[in-house]
Amino acid sequence: MSDFTSGFWSWFIVLATVLSIAGVLWLIRWMSGGRRAPGEKVETMGHVWDENLEELNNPLPRWWLIKFYLTLVFGGVYLLLYPGLGTFKGLLGWTGIGQYEQEVAAAEVEYGPLYEKYRAIPIAALVNDPAAVQVGERLFSTYCTTCHGSDARGVRGFPNLRDDDWLYGGTSADIEQTIMNGRNGVMPGWEPILGYEGVFQAAEYVSSLSGREVDSVVAGKGKEIFVQNCAVCHGADGAGNTQMGAPNLTDNIWLHGGTQKRIQETIAGGRNSHMPPHREFLGEAKVHLLATYVFGLRVDRDITER
Amino acid sequence: MGNTYNYKVVRQFAVMTIVWGIVGMLVGVIIAAQLAWPALNFDIPWLTYGRLRPLHTNAVIFAFGGCALFATSYYVVQRTCHVRLCDDRLAAFTFWGWQAVILAAAVTLPLGITTSKEYAELEWPIDILITLVWLAYAYVYFGTILKRRVRHIYVANWFYGAFIITVALLHVVNSAALPVNFLKSYSVYAGVQDAMVQWWYGHNAVGFFLTAGFLGMMYYFVPKQAERPVYSYRLSIVHFWALIFVYIWAGPHHLHYTALPDWAQSLGMVMSLILLAPSWGGMINGIMTLSGAWQKLRTDPVLRFLIVSLSFYGMSTFEGPMMSIKTVNALSHYTDWTIGHVHSGALGWVALVSIGSMYFLLPRLYGREIHSTKLIEVHFWIATLGIVLYISSMWVAGIMQGLMWRAVNPDGTLIYSFVESVQAMHPFYIIRTAGGLFFLIGMLIMAWNLWKTCIGAQPVSAPIPAPAGAH
Repeated sequence: MSDFTSGFWSWFIVLATVLSIAGVLWLIRWMSGGRRAPGEKVETMGHVWDENLEELNNPLPRWWLIKFYLTLVFGGVYLLLYPGLGTFKGLLGWTGIGQYEQEVAAAEVEYGPLYEKYRAIPIAALVNDPAAVQVGERLFSTYCTTCHGSDARGVRGFPNLRDDDWLYGGTSADIEQTIMNGRNGVMPGWEPILGYEGVFQAAEYVSSLSGREVDSVVAGKGKEIFVQNCAVCHGADGAGNTQMGAPNLTDNIWLHGGTQKRIQETIAGGRNSHMPPHREFLGEAKVHLLATYVFGLRVDRDITER
Repeated sequence: MGNTYNYKVVRQFAVMTIVWGIVGMLVGVIIAAQLAWPALNFDIPWLTYGRLRPLHTNAVIFAFGGCALFATSYYVVQRTCHVRLCDDRLAAFTFWGWQAVILAAAVTLPLGITTSKEYAELEWPIDILITLVWLAYAYVYFGTILKRRVRHIYVANWFYGAFIITVALLHVVNSAALPVNFLKSYSVYAGVQDAMVQWWYGHNAVGFFLTAGFLGMMYYFVPKQAERPVYSYRLSIVHFWALIFVYIWAGPHHLHYTALPDWAQSLGMVMSLILLAPSWGGMINGIMTLSGAWQKLRTDPVLRFLIVSLSFYGMSTFEGPMMSIKTVNALSHYTDWTIGHVHSGALGWVALVSIGSMYFLLPRLYGREIHSTKLIEVHFWIATLGIVLYISSMWVAGIMQGLMWRAVNPDGTLIYSFVESVQAMHPFYIIRTAGGLFFLIGMLIMAWNLWKTCIGAQPVSAPIPAPAGAH
């Protein structure tokens, strides 16, 4: 796509640029006379302002003039070689996007084989290769720490990856799938339906699922609400559903905070969680290594990888 | 009235230069400390870095620098035209209007009311007030030039004039916006055009506000304090026209390797390099004005402020073109090297030349000798030490940051995560804070010294001398 809406603007830029540089050249040539014989005295211009302000008229310093000419010549040559004069592409044919693509291609040649080698190995095996896990860890430091933290323990709203609680399943295939395609966790807000009282009761029951001490009467009412409205996603026992990313409510792990107030807030307003997809961004080979690293963070790797 | 100079408005702006200098630099020291110790925002929204940073930049550039430019330009245009300002009431309006702009900025920016355009954060009602003040300024300034009693216009006035005209143009074009309510507006430009207009403005705020205006200051106060003629009239013509003509092109170097089309990036880089010689022309003309009077530097700390400011000007106008080269920019962009570069210009050039000019100006406006030359000496050294600490720590930190960001493992991954580069900055942020603190202490010493000089004095009412010689 052209950078210009019409040929006029291209020529406008060419003319303005060339005339500017030529104008500056003319200015310094015009003014570069006035050299004196050695020992000749410099006169002032003969004007006096504010009692004693005067001006001498020394010639332009030669070293300074040379530097000025050099920058002008450099500018002229640069604009011949590189894009600058309107739509003229420059003799070298260089473009910014071209340089980027070249660098990416060179990196592909240099690093590609290593990543392809790792990609062919299943995660369950690759996780025992410290070199591969290290590559994954470095990728994690660059791309994942903003949300999940340098220690992968997450922060409120962004899952802890070291606690063996997996919203979308903790098998190596699940994890790779999560990173590759991203996830959208949507919980609707219930306050319009349940009212404040209902939200309060449901929260009391949800708290009880993790073995907390609660008001049994309130929690009892909450249980009815839960069975009618929440069990569809979170399961009748509240153990969650990895197919939908519905969190397990019985393990005392709270993605959006576990205080009574936070739980009420979650039920009342709902939650929208978004993990972006990385297939296009990083390529499958790097995602494979990232999944390997994250899978390696699990404590009970052997139990759930059956 | 007609046979004295209007010193009242000069005095008002000169005093506020000192006040706003202290305020702006204090905010600078606070945010520098916040970068080293983030807890210093105390979790109070109005004190967070994102809100105080624009307050700092606006305060030092437009409040401190702006008042210094108003004060000196009103003084210089009267003294070199041998006439009183053409309109006292409009001149008073520029003073009170400009203070209103500054107060509005000091309230709205901490509240988070911002257009989010760098150095143009103020919302549209304030922008309109700025425009009105600026038009009045232009009227007073050029009106005074028109009724001058000497034929030739002194070189300082060329620079002040270019500064006033260009800043009007920059401000109006870049601030063009569509208001949605009294405190919120959206730029009329979008996407990369918006970025280009913003940096056309941003770089020329540097070029015309912080360079051309202060060169005007330099061209009056250096020859006055040195009591020597300006070195070369010829050089002043060349570097004036080359400077104002080339500067206006240099903005795209802020947008290297972005969505800005290649041709615009190239032109920005080429023109920035060509700018080196015109910039140095001003430095040469200022410093060489001292030829034959070098010994004065030993005894006159005010002259030393002025001459060292020119050295910093030369240094940062060499650094700037170098950083505009795309391959250098690929390393320096987005790092604290840029911050160091800006401050070698802002503290080294703009602040030092203003400070020197204020030491010249304020005692004359009150008809007193300076209270203590010794304290000017102390101010000079503590300020210089502060600048050196500031810019050298930011060079080291910035280059280190740039190198850390691009360091790559044999497997192609980055060696350092971003937070590791942040961690590595910590000691340098502390050194920078110390540098800023030294500079601020210097300002306080200056305020004390000038207070002792001027307190109780009767403001001078200066008669206008007849122009000398055959004009």
